[in-house]
Amino acid sequence: MIDYSKILNKTVLDMKPSGIRKFFDIAATMDEVISLGVGEPDFQTPWEVRKAAISSLERGKTKYTSNRGLDDLRIEIANYMKRRCNLTYNPEDEILVTVGGSEAIDAAIRALVSPGDEVIIPQPSYVCYEPITRLAGGIPVIIETKAEDDFKLTKQQLLSAITKKTKALILPFPCNPTGGIMEKEDLEEISEVLSGTDIMVISDEIYSELTFNEIGHIAPASIDGMYERTITVNGFSKSFSMTGWRLGFACGPKEIMKEVTKIHQFAIMCAPTTSQYAATWALRHCDEDVKSMRSEYNRRRRLITKGFNDIGLSCREPLGAFYAFPSIQSTGMSSEEFCEKLLNEYHVAVVPGPAFGKGGEGFVRASYCYSTEHILEALNRIEQFIKKHK
Amino acid sequence: MKDELLKLLSENARRSDKDLATMLGVTEDEIKAEIKSLEKQGIIAGYKAVINWDMMDGSLVSAIVELKVIPKAGLGFEDIAERIVNYSQVESVYLMSGGYDLNVVVKGKTLQDVARFVASELATMESVTSTTTHFVMCRYKELDTNLFSSNKDGRGLLFI
Repeated sequence: MIDYSKILNKTVLDMKPSGIRKFFDIAATMDEVISLGVGEPDFQTPWEVRKAAISSLERGKTKYTSNRGLDDLRIEIANYMKRRCNLTYNPEDEILVTVGGSEAIDAAIRALVSPGDEVIIPQPSYVCYEPITRLAGGIPVIIETKAEDDFKLTKQQLLSAITKKTKALILPFPCNPTGGIMEKEDLEEISEVLSGTDIMVISDEIYSELTFNEIGHIAPASIDGMYERTITVNGFSKSFSMTGWRLGFACGPKEIMKEVTKIHQFAIMCAPTTSQYAATWALRHCDEDVKSMRSEYNRRRRLITKGFNDIGLSCREPLGAFYAFPSIQSTGMSSEEFCEKLLNEYHVAVVPGPAFGKGGEGFVRASYCYSTEHILEALNRIEQFIKKHK
Repeated sequence: MKDELLKLLSENARRSDKDLATMLGVTEDEIKAEIKSLEKQGIIAGYKAVINWDMMDGSLVSAIVELKVIPKAGLGFEDIAERIVNYSQVESVYLMSGGYDLNVVVKGKTLQDVARFVASELATMESVTSTTTHFVMCRYKELDTNLFSSNKDGRGLLFI
Protein backbone atom coordinates (compact mmCIF):
# COMPACT_ATOMS: atom_id res chain seq x y z
CA MET A 1 0.00 0.00 0.00
CA ILE A 2 1.32 3.40 -0.94
CA ASP A 3 1.09 6.02 1.77
CA TYR A 4 0.15 8.89 -0.49
CA SER A 5 0.73 11.50 2.18
CA LYS A 6 4.38 10.52 2.12
CA ILE A 7 4.87 10.77 -1.60
CA LEU A 8 2.93 13.91 -2.40
CA ASN A 9 4.62 17.26 -2.70
CA LYS A 10 4.99 18.77 0.77
CA THR A 11 4.06 22.27 -0.34
CA VAL A 12 0.86 21.03 -1.94
CA LEU A 13 -0.06 18.98 1.12
CA ASP A 14 0.38 22.05 3.29
CA MET A 15 -1.94 24.12 1.11
CA LYS A 16 -5.30 24.59 2.76
CA PRO A 17 -8.35 23.96 0.66
CA SER A 18 -10.44 27.07 0.32
CA GLY A 19 -12.20 27.85 3.58
CA ILE A 20 -15.46 28.69 1.95
CA ARG A 21 -16.26 25.35 0.40
CA LYS A 22 -18.24 24.21 3.42
CA PHE A 23 -20.60 27.19 3.23
CA PHE A 24 -21.43 26.42 -0.33
CA ASP A 25 -21.88 22.77 0.51
CA ILE A 26 -24.41 23.68 3.21
CA ALA A 27 -26.06 26.24 0.95
CA ALA A 28 -26.47 23.64 -1.79
CA THR A 29 -28.66 21.52 0.49
CA MET A 30 -31.04 24.35 1.36
CA ASP A 31 -34.15 25.52 -0.41
CA GLU A 32 -34.75 29.19 -0.99
CA VAL A 33 -31.15 30.16 -0.46
CA ILE A 34 -30.33 33.70 -1.45
CA SER A 35 -26.67 33.77 -2.32
CA LEU A 36 -24.44 36.79 -2.51
CA GLY A 37 -21.52 34.45 -2.76
CA VAL A 38 -20.75 34.05 -6.42
CA GLY A 39 -17.77 35.87 -7.90
CA GLU A 40 -18.80 35.82 -11.53
CA PRO A 41 -21.02 38.07 -13.63
CA ASP A 42 -24.69 37.18 -13.99
CA PHE A 43 -24.76 38.68 -17.48
CA GLN A 44 -24.51 36.38 -20.45
CA THR A 45 -21.53 36.78 -22.75
CA PRO A 46 -22.73 39.28 -25.39
CA TRP A 47 -24.51 37.33 -28.15
CA GLU A 48 -22.28 38.73 -30.88
CA VAL A 49 -19.27 37.27 -29.09
CA ARG A 50 -20.90 33.86 -28.85
CA LYS A 51 -21.76 34.11 -32.54
CA ALA A 52 -18.16 34.87 -33.40
CA ALA A 53 -17.14 31.69 -31.58
CA ILE A 54 -19.79 29.63 -33.39
CA SER A 55 -18.70 31.07 -36.70
CA SER A 56 -15.06 30.18 -36.00
CA LEU A 57 -16.16 26.59 -35.33
CA GLU A 58 -18.18 26.53 -38.55
CA ARG A 59 -15.11 27.66 -40.43
CA GLY A 60 -13.14 24.82 -38.87
CA LYS A 61 -10.87 26.93 -36.69
CA THR A 62 -10.24 24.10 -34.29
CA LYS A 63 -6.46 23.72 -34.27
CA TYR A 64 -3.81 25.02 -31.91
CA THR A 65 -2.90 28.65 -32.33
CA SER A 66 0.66 29.89 -31.89
CA ASN A 67 1.89 29.66 -28.31
CA ARG A 68 1.48 33.38 -27.77
CA GLY A 69 -2.06 33.41 -29.13
CA LEU A 70 -3.67 34.50 -32.41
CA ASP A 71 -1.94 37.41 -34.13
CA ASP A 72 -5.22 39.28 -34.51
CA LEU A 73 -6.06 38.86 -30.86
CA ARG A 74 -2.67 40.11 -29.71
CA ILE A 75 -3.03 43.12 -32.01
CA GLU A 76 -6.46 43.82 -30.52
CA ILE A 77 -5.07 43.47 -27.01
CA ALA A 78 -2.37 46.00 -27.89
CA ASN A 79 -5.07 48.35 -29.24
CA TYR A 80 -7.12 47.83 -26.10
CA MET A 81 -4.21 48.58 -23.78
CA LYS A 82 -3.51 51.74 -25.76
CA ARG A 83 -7.15 52.80 -25.82
CA ARG A 84 -7.99 52.07 -22.20
CA CYS A 85 -4.68 52.53 -20.36
CA ASN A 86 -2.54 54.55 -22.78
CA LEU A 87 0.07 51.79 -22.66
CA THR A 88 2.07 50.60 -25.65
CA TYR A 89 2.88 46.91 -25.99
CA ASN A 90 4.26 45.17 -29.03
CA PRO A 91 1.92 42.32 -30.02
CA GLU A 92 4.95 40.42 -31.33
CA ASP A 93 6.84 39.89 -28.10
CA GLU A 94 5.23 41.77 -25.22
CA ILE A 95 1.79 40.18 -25.08
CA LEU A 96 0.84 36.62 -24.17
CA VAL A 97 -2.66 35.16 -24.37
CA THR A 98 -3.34 32.86 -21.42
CA VAL A 99 -5.95 30.54 -19.97
CA GLY A 100 -7.70 33.18 -17.89
CA GLY A 101 -5.96 35.78 -15.83
CA SER A 102 -5.16 32.94 -13.41
CA GLU A 103 -2.66 31.28 -15.71
CA ALA A 104 -1.02 34.63 -16.38
CA ILE A 105 -0.54 35.18 -12.64
CA ASP A 106 0.82 31.67 -12.18
CA ALA A 107 3.26 31.91 -15.09
CA ALA A 108 4.38 35.42 -14.12
CA ILE A 109 5.14 34.38 -10.54
CA ARG A 110 6.93 31.24 -11.68
CA ALA A 111 8.99 33.16 -14.19
CA LEU A 112 10.21 35.60 -11.54
CA VAL A 113 10.47 33.70 -8.28
CA SER A 114 13.41 31.49 -7.28
CA PRO A 115 13.38 29.51 -4.04
CA GLY A 116 13.73 31.85 -1.08
CA ASP A 117 12.55 34.98 -2.91
CA GLU A 118 9.93 37.06 -1.18
CA VAL A 119 6.70 38.14 -2.81
CA ILE A 120 4.74 40.94 -1.19
CA ILE A 121 1.01 40.27 -1.24
CA PRO A 122 -1.56 42.79 0.00
CA GLN A 123 -4.52 41.08 1.67
CA PRO A 124 -7.49 40.67 1.87
CA SER A 125 -7.24 39.70 -1.76
CA TYR A 126 -7.93 36.94 -4.23
CA VAL A 127 -6.78 33.62 -2.87
CA CYS A 128 -4.33 32.41 -5.49
CA TYR A 129 -1.22 34.55 -4.97
CA GLU A 130 -0.05 32.91 -1.78
CA PRO A 131 -0.25 29.24 -2.84
CA ILE A 132 1.26 29.96 -6.26
CA THR A 133 4.16 31.78 -4.63
CA ARG A 134 4.76 28.84 -2.31
CA LEU A 135 4.63 26.36 -5.18
CA ALA A 136 7.38 28.37 -6.85
CA GLY A 137 9.44 28.09 -3.66
CA GLY A 138 8.87 31.73 -2.81
CA ILE A 139 7.97 33.22 0.54
CA PRO A 140 4.74 35.21 0.70
CA VAL A 141 5.04 38.43 2.71
CA ILE A 142 1.59 39.60 3.63
CA ILE A 143 0.57 43.22 4.00
CA GLU A 144 -2.84 43.76 5.57
CA THR A 145 -4.64 46.65 3.92
CA LYS A 146 -6.95 48.55 6.26
CA ALA A 147 -10.52 49.75 6.01
CA GLU A 148 -9.46 53.19 7.24
CA ASP A 149 -7.10 53.42 4.24
CA ASP A 150 -9.97 52.33 1.95
CA PHE A 151 -8.08 49.05 1.60
CA LYS A 152 -5.31 50.70 -0.37
CA LEU A 153 -1.71 49.65 -0.18
CA THR A 154 0.15 52.51 1.51
CA LYS A 155 3.68 53.67 1.00
CA GLN A 156 4.53 53.04 4.66
CA GLN A 157 3.23 49.48 4.57
CA LEU A 158 5.22 48.72 1.45
CA LEU A 159 8.41 50.27 2.83
CA SER A 160 8.27 48.14 5.94
CA ALA A 161 7.68 44.94 3.97
CA ILE A 162 10.59 45.28 1.56
CA THR A 163 13.75 43.32 2.32
CA LYS A 164 16.83 42.37 0.35
CA LYS A 165 15.00 39.24 -0.72
CA THR A 166 11.95 40.97 -2.15
CA LYS A 167 11.49 39.83 -5.71
CA ALA A 168 8.00 40.97 -6.56
CA LEU A 169 4.97 42.91 -5.42
CA ILE A 170 1.45 41.82 -6.28
CA LEU A 171 -0.97 44.67 -6.94
CA PRO A 172 -4.46 43.14 -6.78
CA PHE A 173 -6.50 46.22 -7.68
CA PRO A 174 -9.42 46.73 -8.19
CA CYS A 175 -9.55 44.33 -5.30
CA ASN A 176 -11.61 41.21 -4.75
CA PRO A 177 -13.01 41.20 -2.01
CA THR A 178 -12.54 44.71 -0.63
CA GLY A 179 -13.54 46.76 -3.65
CA GLY A 180 -10.49 48.92 -3.02
CA ILE A 181 -8.72 50.65 -5.90
CA MET A 182 -5.42 52.46 -6.25
CA GLU A 183 -5.68 55.99 -7.59
CA LYS A 184 -2.99 57.83 -9.49
CA GLU A 185 -1.46 59.48 -6.41
CA ASP A 186 -1.44 56.17 -4.53
CA LEU A 187 0.40 54.48 -7.38
CA GLU A 188 2.87 57.34 -7.66
CA GLU A 189 3.83 56.73 -4.05
CA ILE A 190 4.32 53.06 -4.74
CA SER A 191 6.48 53.90 -7.74
CA GLU A 192 8.57 56.21 -5.58
CA VAL A 193 9.22 53.41 -3.08
CA LEU A 194 10.18 50.95 -5.81
CA SER A 195 12.31 53.38 -7.73
CA GLY A 196 15.94 52.29 -7.81
CA THR A 197 15.10 48.71 -6.81
CA ASP A 198 14.80 45.62 -9.02
CA ILE A 199 11.45 44.71 -7.53
CA MET A 200 8.96 43.61 -10.15
CA VAL A 201 5.22 44.27 -9.99
CA ILE A 202 2.56 41.80 -11.03
CA SER A 203 -0.57 43.87 -11.45
CA ASP A 204 -3.77 41.81 -11.50
CA GLU A 205 -6.23 44.10 -13.27
CA ILE A 206 -8.95 41.60 -14.06
CA TYR A 207 -11.57 44.01 -12.60
CA SER A 208 -10.17 47.09 -14.36
CA GLU A 209 -13.37 47.71 -16.33
CA LEU A 210 -15.34 47.71 -13.11
CA THR A 211 -13.99 50.92 -11.65
CA PHE A 212 -16.64 53.36 -10.55
CA ASN A 213 -14.93 56.67 -9.93
CA GLU A 214 -14.99 59.32 -12.60
CA ILE A 215 -11.47 58.88 -13.90
CA GLY A 216 -11.75 55.12 -14.19
CA HIS A 217 -9.00 52.58 -13.88
CA ILE A 218 -5.37 53.69 -13.75
CA ALA A 219 -2.92 50.97 -14.81
CA PRO A 220 0.16 50.87 -12.57
CA ALA A 221 2.36 50.42 -15.65
CA SER A 222 1.24 53.85 -16.87
CA ILE A 223 2.82 55.56 -13.83
CA ASP A 224 6.29 57.06 -14.25
CA GLY A 225 8.97 54.52 -13.48
CA MET A 226 6.62 51.53 -13.44
CA TYR A 227 6.47 50.36 -17.05
CA GLU A 228 9.78 48.52 -16.99
CA ARG A 229 8.97 46.67 -13.76
CA THR A 230 5.34 45.76 -14.33
CA ILE A 231 3.64 42.68 -15.72
CA THR A 232 0.04 43.65 -16.35
CA VAL A 233 -2.49 40.82 -16.12
CA ASN A 234 -6.01 41.17 -17.41
CA GLY A 235 -8.65 39.06 -19.08
CA PHE A 236 -12.13 38.69 -20.45
CA SER A 237 -13.95 36.99 -17.57
CA LYS A 238 -15.25 39.98 -15.66
CA SER A 239 -15.26 42.80 -18.21
CA PHE A 240 -16.94 40.84 -21.01
CA SER A 241 -18.77 38.28 -18.86
CA MET A 242 -16.69 35.47 -20.31
CA THR A 243 -15.70 33.46 -17.24
CA GLY A 244 -16.25 30.04 -18.76
CA TRP A 245 -14.19 30.83 -21.86
CA ARG A 246 -11.03 30.89 -19.74
CA LEU A 247 -9.17 33.63 -21.50
CA GLY A 248 -6.78 36.24 -20.20
CA PHE A 249 -3.51 37.90 -21.07
CA ALA A 250 -0.29 39.28 -19.71
CA CYS A 251 1.72 42.24 -21.00
CA GLY A 252 5.20 43.27 -19.99
CA PRO A 253 8.81 43.86 -21.01
CA LYS A 254 9.82 41.47 -23.77
CA GLU A 255 12.75 40.01 -21.82
CA ILE A 256 10.30 38.93 -19.12
CA MET A 257 7.50 37.88 -21.46
CA LYS A 258 9.89 35.63 -23.35
CA GLU A 259 10.38 33.57 -20.18
CA VAL A 260 6.71 33.69 -19.17
CA THR A 261 5.89 32.40 -22.63
CA LYS A 262 8.24 29.45 -22.16
CA ILE A 263 6.29 28.32 -19.09
CA HIS A 264 3.02 28.78 -20.96
CA GLN A 265 4.38 26.87 -23.92
CA PHE A 266 5.35 23.84 -21.85
CA ALA A 267 2.40 23.83 -19.45
CA ILE A 268 -0.46 24.91 -21.68
CA MET A 269 0.63 25.07 -25.35
CA CYS A 270 -1.93 27.71 -26.22
CA ALA A 271 -5.15 29.20 -24.90
CA PRO A 272 -8.42 27.71 -26.25
CA THR A 273 -8.74 28.58 -29.93
CA THR A 274 -12.51 29.12 -29.98
CA SER A 275 -12.24 31.50 -27.05
CA GLN A 276 -9.51 33.44 -28.81
CA TYR A 277 -11.72 34.07 -31.82
CA ALA A 278 -14.55 35.16 -29.54
CA ALA A 279 -12.25 37.48 -27.59
CA THR A 280 -10.93 39.07 -30.78
CA TRP A 281 -14.50 39.98 -31.68
CA ALA A 282 -15.19 41.22 -28.15
CA LEU A 283 -12.25 43.62 -28.22
CA ARG A 284 -13.23 44.94 -31.64
CA HIS A 285 -16.93 45.45 -31.10
CA CYS A 286 -18.04 45.29 -27.50
CA ASP A 287 -16.91 48.44 -25.71
CA GLU A 288 -20.57 49.48 -25.46
CA ASP A 289 -21.57 46.19 -23.83
CA VAL A 290 -18.82 46.63 -21.27
CA LYS A 291 -20.06 50.13 -20.56
CA SER A 292 -23.66 49.10 -20.14
CA MET A 293 -22.76 46.25 -17.78
CA ARG A 294 -20.64 48.68 -15.78
CA SER A 295 -23.63 51.03 -15.44
CA GLU A 296 -25.78 48.19 -14.21
CA TYR A 297 -23.16 47.09 -11.67
CA ASN A 298 -22.86 50.68 -10.55
CA ARG A 299 -26.58 50.91 -9.75
CA ARG A 300 -26.43 47.67 -7.81
CA ARG A 301 -23.29 48.85 -6.05
CA ARG A 302 -25.03 51.96 -4.78
CA LEU A 303 -28.02 49.91 -3.67
CA ILE A 304 -26.06 47.30 -1.73
CA THR A 305 -23.67 49.80 -0.11
CA LYS A 306 -26.51 51.96 1.14
CA GLY A 307 -28.41 48.84 2.15
CA PHE A 308 -25.63 47.61 4.43
CA ASN A 309 -25.08 51.03 5.97
CA ASP A 310 -28.82 51.44 6.60
CA ILE A 311 -28.92 48.08 8.36
CA GLY A 312 -26.05 49.18 10.58
CA LEU A 313 -23.25 47.20 8.95
CA SER A 314 -20.75 49.89 8.15
CA CYS A 315 -19.67 49.57 4.53
CA ARG A 316 -17.13 51.77 2.79
CA GLU A 317 -17.92 52.67 -0.77
CA PRO A 318 -16.30 49.96 -2.91
CA LEU A 319 -14.90 51.76 -5.94
CA GLY A 320 -13.94 48.66 -7.91
CA ALA A 321 -14.80 45.03 -8.69
CA PHE A 322 -18.31 43.78 -7.88
CA TYR A 323 -18.22 43.17 -4.17
CA ALA A 324 -19.28 45.04 -1.06
CA PHE A 325 -17.14 44.36 1.99
CA PRO A 326 -19.13 45.49 5.03
CA SER A 327 -17.81 45.35 8.57
CA ILE A 328 -19.77 43.03 10.85
CA GLN A 329 -17.86 44.01 13.98
CA SER A 330 -20.92 45.77 15.44
CA THR A 331 -22.60 42.36 15.80
CA GLY A 332 -19.89 41.07 18.11
CA MET A 333 -19.63 37.92 16.01
CA SER A 334 -16.62 36.61 14.17
CA SER A 335 -16.90 36.65 10.39
CA GLU A 336 -17.27 32.89 10.23
CA GLU A 337 -19.89 32.81 13.00
CA PHE A 338 -21.81 35.58 11.24
CA CYS A 339 -21.81 33.76 7.92
CA GLU A 340 -22.72 30.42 9.41
CA LYS A 341 -25.62 31.80 11.45
CA LEU A 342 -26.87 33.96 8.62
CA LEU A 343 -26.88 30.96 6.32
CA ASN A 344 -28.54 28.62 8.80
CA GLU A 345 -31.13 31.07 10.10
CA TYR A 346 -32.00 33.22 7.11
CA HIS A 347 -30.57 31.24 4.21
CA VAL A 348 -28.37 34.02 2.91
CA ALA A 349 -24.87 33.11 1.75
CA VAL A 350 -22.04 35.62 2.05
CA VAL A 351 -18.34 34.86 2.33
CA PRO A 352 -16.35 35.41 5.55
CA GLY A 353 -13.59 38.00 5.12
CA PRO A 354 -10.79 35.79 6.50
CA ALA A 355 -11.18 33.52 3.47
CA PHE A 356 -9.17 36.25 1.73
CA GLY A 357 -6.50 36.61 4.38
CA LYS A 358 -6.40 37.15 8.14
CA GLY A 359 -6.93 40.87 7.72
CA GLY A 360 -10.44 40.10 6.52
CA GLU A 361 -11.61 39.23 10.03
CA GLY A 362 -14.55 41.39 11.00
CA PHE A 363 -15.75 41.69 7.42
CA VAL A 364 -17.82 39.67 4.97
CA ARG A 365 -17.84 39.72 1.20
CA ALA A 366 -21.15 40.22 -0.57
CA SER A 367 -21.13 39.98 -4.34
CA TYR A 368 -23.55 42.13 -6.28
CA CYS A 369 -23.52 40.04 -9.44
CA TYR A 370 -27.23 39.58 -8.91
CA SER A 371 -30.45 41.29 -9.94
CA THR A 372 -31.52 44.22 -7.78
CA GLU A 373 -34.56 42.25 -6.63
CA HIS A 374 -32.27 39.47 -5.45
CA ILE A 375 -29.99 41.95 -3.67
CA LEU A 376 -32.93 43.66 -1.95
CA GLU A 377 -34.32 40.35 -0.74
CA ALA A 378 -30.91 39.41 0.68
CA LEU A 379 -30.58 42.77 2.43
CA ASN A 380 -34.05 42.37 3.83
CA ARG A 381 -33.14 39.02 5.36
CA ILE A 382 -29.83 40.32 6.69
CA GLU A 383 -31.71 43.16 8.36
CA GLN A 384 -34.00 40.70 10.12
CA PHE A 385 -30.95 38.69 11.15
CA ILE A 386 -29.26 41.77 12.63
CA LYS A 387 -32.41 42.76 14.52
CA LYS A 388 -32.75 39.28 15.97
CA HIS A 389 -29.18 39.27 17.28
CA LYS A 390 -29.15 42.78 18.67
CA MET B 1 -31.04 60.46 -15.36
CA LYS B 2 -34.21 60.30 -17.48
CA ASP B 3 -33.07 57.49 -19.80
CA GLU B 4 -31.67 55.44 -16.97
CA LEU B 5 -34.81 55.91 -14.89
CA LEU B 6 -37.02 54.78 -17.78
CA LYS B 7 -34.82 51.75 -18.31
CA LEU B 8 -35.12 50.76 -14.65
CA LEU B 9 -38.89 51.26 -14.61
CA SER B 10 -39.33 49.33 -17.83
CA GLU B 11 -37.52 46.42 -16.20
CA ASN B 12 -39.57 46.59 -13.03
CA ALA B 13 -42.19 49.24 -12.40
CA ARG B 14 -42.58 48.27 -8.75
CA ARG B 15 -39.16 49.51 -7.70
CA SER B 16 -39.54 51.96 -4.84
CA ASP B 17 -38.64 55.61 -5.25
CA LYS B 18 -36.11 55.11 -2.49
CA ASP B 19 -34.30 52.28 -4.31
CA LEU B 20 -34.43 54.14 -7.61
CA ALA B 21 -32.89 57.17 -5.94
CA THR B 22 -30.09 55.06 -4.45
CA MET B 23 -29.38 53.28 -7.71
CA LEU B 24 -29.19 56.50 -9.69
CA GLY B 25 -27.35 58.47 -7.02
CA VAL B 26 -30.03 61.19 -6.71
CA THR B 27 -32.59 62.12 -4.03
CA GLU B 28 -36.00 60.56 -3.61
CA ASP B 29 -37.64 63.91 -4.30
CA GLU B 30 -35.85 64.20 -7.62
CA ILE B 31 -37.13 60.74 -8.56
CA LYS B 32 -40.69 61.63 -7.61
CA ALA B 33 -40.55 64.85 -9.62
CA GLU B 34 -39.05 63.16 -12.67
CA ILE B 35 -41.62 60.35 -12.66
CA LYS B 36 -44.44 62.84 -12.27
CA SER B 37 -43.15 64.85 -15.21
CA LEU B 38 -42.71 61.74 -17.37
CA GLU B 39 -46.26 60.67 -16.55
CA LYS B 40 -47.60 64.11 -17.33
CA GLN B 41 -45.85 64.18 -20.69
CA GLY B 42 -47.27 60.75 -21.48
CA ILE B 43 -43.80 59.25 -21.82
CA ILE B 44 -44.72 56.88 -19.04
CA ALA B 45 -48.09 55.76 -20.42
CA GLY B 46 -48.99 53.22 -17.75
CA TYR B 47 -47.87 50.47 -15.38
CA LYS B 48 -48.80 46.83 -15.82
CA ALA B 49 -47.83 43.49 -14.35
CA VAL B 50 -46.47 40.87 -16.73
CA ILE B 51 -48.82 37.97 -16.17
CA ASN B 52 -48.33 34.49 -17.47
CA TRP B 53 -52.00 33.89 -18.23
CA ASP B 54 -51.26 30.41 -19.52
CA MET B 55 -50.88 29.36 -15.90
CA MET B 56 -54.38 30.50 -15.01
CA ASP B 57 -57.59 28.53 -15.52
CA GLY B 58 -59.83 29.91 -18.24
CA SER B 59 -57.02 31.97 -19.65
CA LEU B 60 -57.70 34.15 -22.65
CA VAL B 61 -56.99 33.29 -26.27
CA SER B 62 -54.89 35.75 -28.25
CA ALA B 63 -54.45 36.26 -31.94
CA ILE B 64 -52.39 38.48 -34.11
CA VAL B 65 -54.51 39.90 -36.90
CA GLU B 66 -52.86 41.36 -39.97
CA LEU B 67 -55.01 44.00 -41.62
CA LYS B 68 -54.65 45.43 -45.07
CA VAL B 69 -56.25 48.84 -45.15
CA ILE B 70 -56.92 51.60 -47.66
CA PRO B 71 -55.74 54.77 -45.94
CA LYS B 72 -58.06 57.77 -45.98
CA ALA B 73 -57.06 60.91 -47.81
CA GLY B 74 -55.64 63.42 -45.37
CA LEU B 75 -56.03 61.10 -42.38
CA GLY B 76 -53.75 58.22 -43.43
CA PHE B 77 -54.07 55.20 -41.16
CA GLU B 78 -54.84 57.11 -38.01
CA ASP B 79 -58.55 57.33 -38.59
CA ILE B 80 -59.06 53.58 -38.71
CA ALA B 81 -56.42 52.91 -36.04
CA GLU B 82 -58.24 55.21 -33.67
CA ARG B 83 -61.48 53.29 -34.21
CA ILE B 84 -59.77 49.95 -33.63
CA VAL B 85 -58.03 50.90 -30.38
CA ASN B 86 -61.40 51.57 -28.78
CA TYR B 87 -62.43 47.90 -28.72
CA SER B 88 -61.76 46.28 -25.35
CA GLN B 89 -60.87 43.06 -27.20
CA VAL B 90 -57.87 44.79 -28.77
CA GLU B 91 -54.65 44.63 -26.81
CA SER B 92 -52.34 46.51 -29.14
CA VAL B 93 -52.32 48.11 -32.59
CA TYR B 94 -49.23 48.82 -34.66
CA LEU B 95 -48.76 50.37 -38.10
CA MET B 96 -46.39 48.08 -39.98
CA SER B 97 -43.97 48.31 -42.83
CA GLY B 98 -43.97 45.47 -45.37
CA GLY B 99 -46.72 43.15 -46.56
CA TYR B 100 -49.65 44.53 -44.59
CA ASP B 101 -50.66 47.68 -42.76
CA LEU B 102 -52.00 47.20 -39.25
CA ASN B 103 -51.00 44.56 -36.74
CA VAL B 104 -53.79 44.09 -34.23
CA VAL B 105 -53.45 41.85 -31.20
CA VAL B 106 -56.88 40.60 -30.19
CA LYS B 107 -57.87 38.63 -27.12
CA GLY B 108 -61.04 36.72 -26.29
CA LYS B 109 -62.40 33.97 -24.06
CA THR B 110 -62.42 31.35 -26.81
CA LEU B 111 -61.17 30.83 -30.32
CA GLN B 112 -64.73 31.43 -31.54
CA ASP B 113 -64.92 34.72 -29.66
CA VAL B 114 -61.85 36.01 -31.41
CA ALA B 115 -62.93 34.67 -34.79
CA ARG B 116 -66.33 36.29 -34.40
CA PHE B 117 -64.78 39.61 -33.46
CA VAL B 118 -62.46 39.58 -36.44
CA ALA B 119 -65.20 38.58 -38.85
CA SER B 120 -67.92 40.87 -37.60
CA GLU B 121 -66.02 43.93 -36.41
CA LEU B 122 -62.61 44.21 -38.08
CA ALA B 123 -63.27 42.61 -41.46
CA THR B 124 -66.40 44.63 -42.00
CA MET B 125 -64.79 48.04 -41.61
CA GLU B 126 -65.06 49.77 -44.94
CA SER B 127 -61.39 50.56 -45.43
CA VAL B 128 -60.21 47.07 -44.44
CA THR B 129 -59.50 45.03 -47.55
CA SER B 130 -58.28 41.81 -45.95
CA THR B 131 -57.55 40.13 -42.60
CA THR B 132 -55.22 37.28 -41.73
CA THR B 133 -55.53 35.82 -38.25
CA HIS B 134 -52.78 33.94 -36.42
CA PHE B 135 -53.64 32.39 -33.05
CA VAL B 136 -51.03 32.40 -30.29
CA MET B 137 -50.35 28.84 -29.17
CA CYS B 138 -47.91 29.32 -26.34
CA ARG B 139 -46.09 32.22 -24.71
CA TYR B 140 -42.40 31.83 -23.97
CA LYS B 141 -41.41 35.42 -23.39
CA GLU B 142 -43.62 38.41 -22.69
CA LEU B 143 -42.49 42.03 -22.38
CA ASP B 144 -38.84 41.09 -21.88
CA THR B 145 -39.81 38.52 -19.29
CA ASN B 146 -38.76 34.91 -19.71
CA LEU B 147 -41.81 32.77 -18.92
CA PHE B 148 -39.96 29.49 -18.66
CA SER B 149 -40.26 28.54 -15.01
CA SER B 150 -36.86 26.87 -14.78
CA ASN B 151 -35.00 30.13 -14.82
CA LYS B 152 -32.31 28.95 -12.43
CA ASP B 153 -28.99 30.57 -11.69
CA GLY B 154 -26.68 28.24 -13.58
CA ARG B 155 -23.50 29.61 -12.04
CA GLY B 156 -21.40 27.07 -10.28
CA LEU B 157 -20.60 27.92 -6.71
CA LEU B 158 -16.98 28.31 -7.54
CA PHE B 159 -14.95 30.06 -4.93
CA ILE B 160 -13.32 33.10 -6.44
